Amino acid sequence: MAAFRNSLGLRAGLLSLLIFVGIVAFWQIATTPTAGTGPALDPEYAKLLGAAAASGTKSAMPTPADIGTTIWKHLVDPFYIRGSNDKGIGIQLAYSLGRVLLGFALAALVAVPLGFLIGMSPLIYRALDPFIQILKPVSPLAWMPLALYTIKDSAISSIFVIFICSVWPMLINTAFGVASVRREWLNVARTLEVGPFRTAFRVILPAAAPTIMTGMRISIGIAWLVIVAAEMLVGGTGIGYFVWNEWNNLSIANIVTAILLIGLVGLALDQGLAWLARLVTYPE
Amino acid sequence: MERPLISVEGLARRFGDSAQPAVFEDIWFGVERGEFLCLIGHSGCGKTTILNVLAGLDRPSAGAVIVDNLEIDGPSLDRAVIFQGHALLPWLSVMGNIAFAVSSRWPKWDRTRVQDHARRFIELVGLKGAEGKKPSQLSGGMKQRVGIARALSIQPKMLLMDEPFSALDALTRGMLQDEVLRICADTNQTVFMITHDVDEAILLADKIVLMTNGPGAKIAEIVVNTMPRNERHRNDLHKHPQYYAIRNHLVEFLVNRSRAFDQEIAGGGYDPRRLKLVKPGLMSVKLAAVNPPAEVVTLTTGRRQ
Ligand SMILES: Nc1ncnc2c1ncn2[C@@H]1O[C@H](COP(=O)(O)OP(=O)(O)OP(=O)(O)O)[C@@H](O)[C@H]1O
Ligand SMILES: [Mg+2]
Repeated sequence: MAAFRNSLGLRAGLLSLLIFVGIVAFWQIATTPTAGTGPALDPEYAKLLGAAAASGTKSAMPTPADIGTTIWKHLVDPFYIRGSNDKGIGIQLAYSLGRVLLGFALAALVAVPLGFLIGMSPLIYRALDPFIQILKPVSPLAWMPLALYTIKDSAISSIFVIFICSVWPMLINTAFGVASVRREWLNVARTLEVGPFRTAFRVILPAAAPTIMTGMRISIGIAWLVIVAAEMLVGGTGIGYFVWNEWNNLSIANIVTAILLIGLVGLALDQGLAWLARLVTYPE
Repeated sequence: MERPLISVEGLARRFGDSAQPAVFEDIWFGVERGEFLCLIGHSGCGKTTILNVLAGLDRPSAGAVIVDNLEIDGPSLDRAVIFQGHALLPWLSVMGNIAFAVSSRWPKWDRTRVQDHARRFIELVGLKGAEGKKPSQLSGGMKQRVGIARALSIQPKMLLMDEPFSALDALTRGMLQDEVLRICADTNQTVFMITHDVDEAILLADKIVLMTNGPGAKIAEIVVNTMPRNERHRNDLHKHPQYYAIRNHLVEFLVNRSRAFDQEIAGGGYDPRRLKLVKPGLMSVKLAAVNPPAEVVTLTTGRRQ
């Protein structure tokens, strides 16, 4: 008992469990079909939702049990392919993840060296600053039409959109990290007559690595947010397309499943980068 | 005229535009081969700035530093620096920090050779067993030792030290001073060291350069430490017959003359290119012989017994 009272983790875990149970119970009560007295729907909305809701016998909102079965169904067979519009949720997630990782990797390839340059040279910093300031706040989706027009390929266009949205945090953080490397560390390298490349890789890169990793963590978070919207726009494959498709099928249970999985994958990406960041962080 | 190993000639440094007063101006002094020279002066007078110029990390606004008859135009592995803050790379271990210096000095050496060499210097400063530790896991004194080991490991022609012991407690400071003294004597290092500490200067230095307060700081004079190296021991330094005379001279300078030096030289006779070499230690012995003051008598007799 004393151990329980002392362990914050244990108590927080129990509270989380209680909140979860509460939500599920509320949900269950709210979605339990009440024969005959269906929710009074706005006719426009009812038309949109289609027959199931309009009939009023059953809410379009699935019960927690429905969701449970749907999740189970997806989990036991995540990678099936039954035609171009009916692929397992695992496959759709893999498409999205692939695009995000590819766009992110390309962005890192551009942002880290360019950030190095900006951080080392006040001239280049000043010259590029107006471009960065104007382009950074633009929603990445605003690039989509331009990308579709020039690239003429929806898959590559969505990778480009990921690239564009992940490039800024990495670029800015790299430049900042490089510019704020302690003068005395650089002086150590200078008194040892270390050449510019060795200084870049042995002193500046490790010194700026924690800041760069923070930028990468922000980037991958944004990229995972953006990919869902991008795939809703371009269609075809991916978890964003899946969500949109299930909306058209009015399968709320599938949508909720997708939401949970998107959250979990986002969490995993974030934790993965947090782990990498811890590897390169040094205490001073 | 033959030049000393390090020759500082007409050095001036001002920050900002030329309307700003110079931090120091018209600085001339030399460091002979094998000599241990201390620069003493108040905080902010420009000591670190001079050291940075000697190291090649900073450029003077006027004048030059000639080393081995060549004007320096950048940092060199011949001149190792021990920084005021220890300046260790925090992501590298003790071994990593020193190996980085060693492999910069001898780029062709393989890994084992670099590590063997580094290990020798880690042992020299008494850090055996701490090779794998990161700087954040070390005490202040240990960090400073790593800095010293790093500077020595590249086997430089001269050492430039910026208040290397000022952040340490008295006991650690004493130990490290002894070590540095021993190492410098063994390898006949030429050393330029900055300090605030009068006793440290008397213990370590062969010559003590006195710098006046800035802006527009000058070198007032050079005090020759007439106490021979083998008679300077940390624990009974104060028993040496010359000690109080030298100490009083230095303290008098720091307390009064460093501030009012411009008035002192107003009458003329000061030439920054030909600085007075003063030997307060010998003065005291002569004075003591003619007209012995009580304090000196007890000290000298105490010594002679
Ligand atoms: N980069 C710089 N820009 C402008 N002024 C500077 C710069 N570096 C030093 N100064 C000025 O030059 C003067 C001398 O500084 P310096 O660091 O050489 O002093 P110091 O004698 O080493 O002092 P301390 O004993 O406290 O270390 C100070 O007044 C300082 O404000
Ligand atoms: Mg200083």
